[in-house]
Amino acid sequence: MVEKGTYRVKSGLAEMLKGGVIMDVTTAEQAKIAEEAGAVAVMALERVPADIRAEGGVARMADPTKVKEIMDAVSIPVMAKVRIGHFAEAQILQALQVDYIDESEVLTPADPDYHIDKWEFTVPFVCGARNLGEACRRIAEGAAMIRTKGEPGTGNVIEAVRHMRLMNEQIRRVLSADESELMTIAKDFGAPLEILHAIRDAGRLPVVNFAAGGIATPADAAMMMQLGCDGIFVGSGIFKSSDPARRARAIVQATTHYNDPDILAEISAGLGEAMSGIAIEQIPEAEMMQTRGK
Amino acid sequence: MIVGVLGLQGAVREHVKSLERLGTDTKIVKGEADLDGISGLVLPGGESTAISLLASGSLLERLRRMAGEGFPMFGTCAGMILLSREVDGAPSPYIGAIDIGVRRNASGRQVDSFETILKVEGIGEDVPAVFIRAPYVTRLGERVVPMALYAGAVVMAREENVLVTSFHPELTEDLRIHRYFLGMIEEKDEAKEGEG
Repeated sequence: MVEKGTYRVKSGLAEMLKGGVIMDVTTAEQAKIAEEAGAVAVMALERVPADIRAEGGVARMADPTKVKEIMDAVSIPVMAKVRIGHFAEAQILQALQVDYIDESEVLTPADPDYHIDKWEFTVPFVCGARNLGEACRRIAEGAAMIRTKGEPGTGNVIEAVRHMRLMNEQIRRVLSADESELMTIAKDFGAPLEILHAIRDAGRLPVVNFAAGGIATPADAAMMMQLGCDGIFVGSGIFKSSDPARRARAIVQATTHYNDPDILAEISAGLGEAMSGIAIEQIPEAEMMQTRGK
Repeated sequence: MIVGVLGLQGAVREHVKSLERLGTDTKIVKGEADLDGISGLVLPGGESTAISLLASGSLLERLRRMAGEGFPMFGTCAGMILLSREVDGAPSPYIGAIDIGVRRNASGRQVDSFETILKVEGIGEDVPAVFIRAPYVTRLGERVVPMALYAGAVVMAREENVLVTSFHPELTEDLRIHRYFLGMIEEKDEAKEGEG
């Protein structure tokens, strides 16, 4: 008996990525830099979120040629993004044998109402969430890994912090609720009841939860890890900084030694300029990425 | 008895949970200072390149020395790669505590990851095993005992005080392989007492 694509196999890869950093890359060369810095995986995409934000237009799945180039360049797992609801893009990435698919709000959504039925796929999915209800809905659709949405491409950690704190608070509420309260909580959160039961059984979210959306410094990574995240996605934060290789290494170190301020002080020094960043208040409502998806 | 779990990156929490379910105290090891007071060390799965970059040269050196002196170590997946004498594509071994050669990601990409039931020598005929982008053993040293095979490849082996698996017992509820490793630690302690 051999079973592929089981939920345990899908969530198992996410478990192996814990305590690690997943970096956005747009070329094979960047992928090598990420791997040599100690990234546990890379996210292959056409443009980093900061450029998508700046340039506008419709952002889609990367060209398969690019994804393959990156897959050939490194031995660590390669992830790639599809538009929310775009199951055909996901079918293409599965055919390319990427290791994880990110159904991502960074790209322009393809379906106004529905996310992908992720149970249909052998390749596992990661999805963003702003709160526990969103995380539970994605898990019920088959996501095997969750990340905060934050506000991508801003270099501003505040939204990722907001999302993680809210999820923690809501998980505490689920864990302290008695059975009779749980259905109302399910209704309030918009969370499937069976996933809330799974949270109670596990004492935490039943899948790995990474931080994403705005992480730009080792201190940002350490803060998100101390808030209880299992690992870190860095999008624009590395390759929009002045010394990507050095910053990448520092963020990897910070994710492992997140609770050792002496080490953090040492690795945070002399990294050059971080990406410049955007205040959330300056982003027009219509350009917010985190509100995409249901 | 306290068992250390190398906690630089990877499935650390799962090993801690399996060991604690067996009533064992655990300690997360991130640096050399954390090695004091432990009787054995588990090297978890994760990304072997990341873990090897996060481990300081002096930590790897110290682990190599400890393994040579008979200290019990158990590596799963990436942990097996760290413990192997030869790693395909790597210029030199990381710890090199067991005389085997391994090939990284030998089972392919994630779409080829799988779970199955294995017959494990001395443990049972029905051991659940989860393989995730798993490495396989490509060369087996003379003193290394193969303990499980999958499709003709060695996926679990032991040489004296060092145990390795390509797969992830820590992702299952089955505790037999962890119990076997604790047995290795006890054997070692008894042998030591015998000497004294």
